Amino acid sequence: MIASVVHGEEVPLPEFLIRRFIGFVRLLRLHEFRVGVNEALDALRTVERTGLLKPDRLRWGLKSLLCSDAEEWRSFDDLFDRYWLPPNQTAWVQRAGGSARVADAQTADAMSRSKITQADRAEHGDDAGAAGGGARGGASQRESVGSGDFGLLSDEEQRRQVERMAERIARAMRKRILRRMRVDRLGRRVHLRRTIRRSLSYGGMPLSLVFRRRRRRLPRLVLLLDVSRSMSIYSLLFLRFARGMLAAFGDAQAFAFHTRLVPVSDALRERDSERLREKLEIISLGWSGGTRIGECLERFNREYAANALGKRAVVIIVSDGLDTGAPELIAEQLAAIRRHARRIVWLNPLLGREGYEPTAGGMQAALPFIDVFAPAHNLDSLMALESRLIAV
Amino acid sequence: MNDITEFSNRLQAAGYVAESSLAATLLLFTQLQRPLLVEGAAGVGKTEIAKALAGVFQCPLIRLQCYEGLDANAAVYEWNYQRQLLAIKIQEDEGHSAAEKERHIFSAEFLLKRPLLQAITLPQSPVLLVDEIDRADEEFEAYLLEVLSDFQISIPELGTIKATSIPHVVLTSNGTRDLSDALRRRCLYYYLDYPALDKELRIVRRHLPNIGERLAEQIVHFVRDLRALDLRKRPGVAETLDWAAALLRLKVDRLEADPALLLQSLVCLLKTREDRESVPIEVAQRLVANLS
Repeated sequence: MIASVVHGEEVPLPEFLIRRFIGFVRLLRLHEFRVGVNEALDALRTVERTGLLKPDRLRWGLKSLLCSDAEEWRSFDDLFDRYWLPPNQTAWVQRAGGSARVADAQTADAMSRSKITQADRAEHGDDAGAAGGGARGGASQRESVGSGDFGLLSDEEQRRQVERMAERIARAMRKRILRRMRVDRLGRRVHLRRTIRRSLSYGGMPLSLVFRRRRRRLPRLVLLLDVSRSMSIYSLLFLRFARGMLAAFGDAQAFAFHTRLVPVSDALRERDSERLREKLEIISLGWSGGTRIGECLERFNREYAANALGKRAVVIIVSDGLDTGAPELIAEQLAAIRRHARRIVWLNPLLGREGYEPTAGGMQAALPFIDVFAPAHNLDSLMALESRLIAV
Repeated sequence: MNDITEFSNRLQAAGYVAESSLAATLLLFTQLQRPLLVEGAAGVGKTEIAKALAGVFQCPLIRLQCYEGLDANAAVYEWNYQRQLLAIKIQEDEGHSAAEKERHIFSAEFLLKRPLLQAITLPQSPVLLVDEIDRADEEFEAYLLEVLSDFQISIPELGTIKATSIPHVVLTSNGTRDLSDALRRRCLYYYLDYPALDKELRIVRRHLPNIGERLAEQIVHFVRDLRALDLRKRPGVAETLDWAAALLRLKVDRLEADPALLLQSLVCLLKTREDRESVPIEVAQRLVANLS
């Protein structure tokens, strides 16, 4: 492939090859790889050391240098082939991949080609713009969707973006809650009375110190998500949110309910996105019917409450409270939950709408037992949830 | 390519069967002096990599197991408070000045070295295994990053301790939380998957040399099919080895020989009640029937 690189020896790369290599790093950045300048330099040195005559070796070396998580790991080989192998060879790989997906592959190919040309163009200047662009774009995009009502999102892309953010908010929440706990921990002080008491056995020498620290533990979350028809525009989004919460809070549990109650924690914990979609599809068969909140809460109390509730438990119910069952049953069951949980948070997506009053029978019956009744119609209201969780 | 083959032979001699791509990464890791971050499902042999490296380099292995709430005291150093008190008590009548006493009790003699400090003060470069870094808090992760880039640790009473040897750092993560971009960027990365069929077969044969050829193949295929099922905890390589050892002990030479015994021995592979229930005898037999 490159005649000027002698087998095995370290030879400075010719200018055009360095440019080509930088183009590859740009391509990776465009695909949201986290590659800093240092990594790029190390990678370049690796190229110089191994030479370009051993493609497999180069691939393995660059792969572990330039990838930094499982997702990047999986997409690297493809990008590597597309960039470094001559086009006819790429085409051959595609054909071998199966003919059914040809159309798909072609569009993907076209997209990635446009990115390659972008990367090539970036080889000539405009460095700072390309590097900083991603982060800035993210921030401003968040602003624009942060206060938009979930129900009013029409665009598929926007919807997916909001879902991703809901997941991220949940993860960030834990980070901030933990930070607050750590500040507490810094204030650990010697427990004088105990220390002196213990020093008696050493003849008055305070040999073993006893500390006091504030104990504050993470809340144990129980999420109950309404996935009935009236909630259908929100349910996918709250499932993503629940997924983030489950990932962030190790002992959290999630349930979905409509006319029945279904535990969904295991399905949501699935890390492989393909499998996740499959599992959700299986579970969601028969969703979007009516709601029987009372019966579902009853089932929760009967089968899962003993396990899921406790003095650290915070029960978060996400529902619009539009119910076909008897309101008395809801009140009765919520009272039972209330006895075994620290607090009940009810998130109602309708609450953010102008002119909404919680007059529905079920909602009315539930209100006396709820500690926090909050809106959950946009990202900002999900963010606000954090402070309510901390005050456990 | 031959240095990779050679390196993977050395790994094999240290008891680790590695794919060429992993061997290439590890070779790069020894050349570049960057930490290596290994991710992958539980039980694919992440921790074993560090042990094998220690075997290859003939150096000590220092392990720092992370957990939530791990702080500098447990990871870097601690003053031996009790000894210090006793020392003060003993010196009470010797008439040293306060400054002298202070210098004495805050000397290296009273310092308890925890893994991180140990790792940078050895005469020979050790392999430092930071296991399950995702379990530690973000704060500790940032601190670790600082130590790993400067290779020096400052102790207020003693001053800055510079590394006498740069350790080979291997970090493992199960992905229970997102690691910071800074850490990810600094590290070489390797995603360790369940081993390929022939690799797992080689591992089984290596660890259990007197296992029958046919049984070993059956075991590896069976576990592989089991992983494809929808289980809560998919069996890792360690489980495969446990199960193979159990079958050897039970004197089973073919999986289809005794279905009841087979089902009982599955305790080695299926570690939760739900998983046990999802593989009843019919499923187990079907899996065995599919083997041939």
